[in-house]
Amino acid sequence: MIGRDLLGIEDLDRADLERILETAERMQEVGTREVKKVPTLRGRTIVNLFFEPSTRTRTSFEIAGKRLSADVVNFSPTSSSLAKDESILDTARTLDAMAPDAVVVRHKVAGVPKRIADALAAPVINAGDGAHEHPTQALLDLLTVYQEKGRIDGLSVAIVGDVLHSRVARSNIYGFLKLGAEVRIAAPPTLIPPAIETLGVKAFTSLREAIDGADVVMALRIQRERLDGAYVPSIREYSATFGLDRTKLRFAKDDAIVMHPGPVNRGVELSHDLADHRPSVILDQVRNGVALRMAVLYLFAGRPLAAAREG
Amino acid sequence: MPNPHTPPDSPTARPTAQQPAAPRSGEERVVLDDTAIRRALVRIAHEVLERNEGQSRLYLVAIPNGGVPLARQLAENLRSLSGLELPVGILDTTLYRDDLTLRGERPPLRRTEMPSAVDGRIVILVDDVANTGRTIRAAMDALMDFGRPSGVQVVALVDRGHRELPIRIDYVGKNIPTHARELVILRGRDGSLEPPLEVVVVPKGGDA
Repeated sequence: MIGRDLLGIEDLDRADLERILETAERMQEVGTREVKKVPTLRGRTIVNLFFEPSTRTRTSFEIAGKRLSADVVNFSPTSSSLAKDESILDTARTLDAMAPDAVVVRHKVAGVPKRIADALAAPVINAGDGAHEHPTQALLDLLTVYQEKGRIDGLSVAIVGDVLHSRVARSNIYGFLKLGAEVRIAAPPTLIPPAIETLGVKAFTSLREAIDGADVVMALRIQRERLDGAYVPSIREYSATFGLDRTKLRFAKDDAIVMHPGPVNRGVELSHDLADHRPSVILDQVRNGVALRMAVLYLFAGRPLAAAREG
Repeated sequence: MPNPHTPPDSPTARPTAQQPAAPRSGEERVVLDDTAIRRALVRIAHEVLERNEGQSRLYLVAIPNGGVPLARQLAENLRSLSGLELPVGILDTTLYRDDLTLRGERPPLRRTEMPSAVDGRIVILVDDVANTGRTIRAAMDALMDFGRPSGVQVVALVDRGHRELPIRIDYVGKNIPTHARELVILRGRDGSLEPPLEVVVVPKGGDA
């Protein structure tokens, strides 16, 4: 049952996921029209509250909202004016007083969207919080895989890279497992979260073992500052061991697809060639992101608040 | 929230716009059977040809889900009567509904497939049951987002007549006076929309 807020994939069940994906498939059709706009959220206001810089996700939400005819307001407070936790909630309450119909929140600290949701009347959609969750990214990944493979159930999905710091990985692990896929992760031991296997995934420190027979190989973005000693000896070593290229990809299934949440560090997580060409589906992920976020806004934003709270 | 009236053997059955579920047997009455529906669609095909004489730029656009099998049958009838090969589109009206902000739960979206441009064509909207006129209003708004038809006409297999908007149905299969507390449902075999089709009237909400 879809609730008021979308804070994480962990909170959703299989039926919710299927409903969101099915709605997104219908929204894709709107994106193929000459006039890419429907009146569904006319007169509704969506606030993009991004405490952490993000061009891609914010733009994707903005386009999605506009295609549904909502008024989309971007609010990106500078970190200096928000040093204290208190001021985050103050900012949120100030926005709430302007009666938005949904607030899309990104913050570098896990749990902030939840705290904001607790303080607000409007539904909150998590656009990424720390290393916790990035539900719309996982949903667009699920949509992309579903449309490439025709199913999720029974697929083998390998997630490669900095799982420890990755909200994308965490949300995808929940999503793929809930829809019946097998999930393996591959990373240097320093970047594998402790007790990750309790989620139901298999962890490998060998790329080859993790992607052996995989239908989907998802590379994660690695922050450059993590490549200098503390977690990984060097960029060169990381890309030699965990960077994907066509040679290493031979161990996956012949028709395996390669995904990346973007932006790609070319030559690090993916070879230049793989970053741009099949079997990578990176631009499909971006394209699907707009339809998926339209689906999320349709399902969560602008419902009568009393009813949304019950839901 | 499983509906006790949904036949358990039809997990894929999607209710059509006007009504959520198939009823308990015994409370429903069949108002059009498959033969009557076929006959109505033949008559409507004749009326469409008569009214649009010399017009080959017609475009049948079904309102899902109930309008889809009806539009296909109508296209077939028009082909056998006149040799016209007409495009058949499917246009979901959900994103154009006027009651979305009143409902806590968002209705599921249905498929939209518009294989031809609507510009300069006479679009014939096909729906199973016309009642308040609100679905037709939504369909016209949706249609205009696809271009500028030279005309719009409306087919409804059943017209219940409780109009709330100034909308006229051009081709009616059958006028069926109903109580507002009744549902009118087009359905096919085992809850699908496969023939044989029938239209039934059932009391709304089960326990009256």
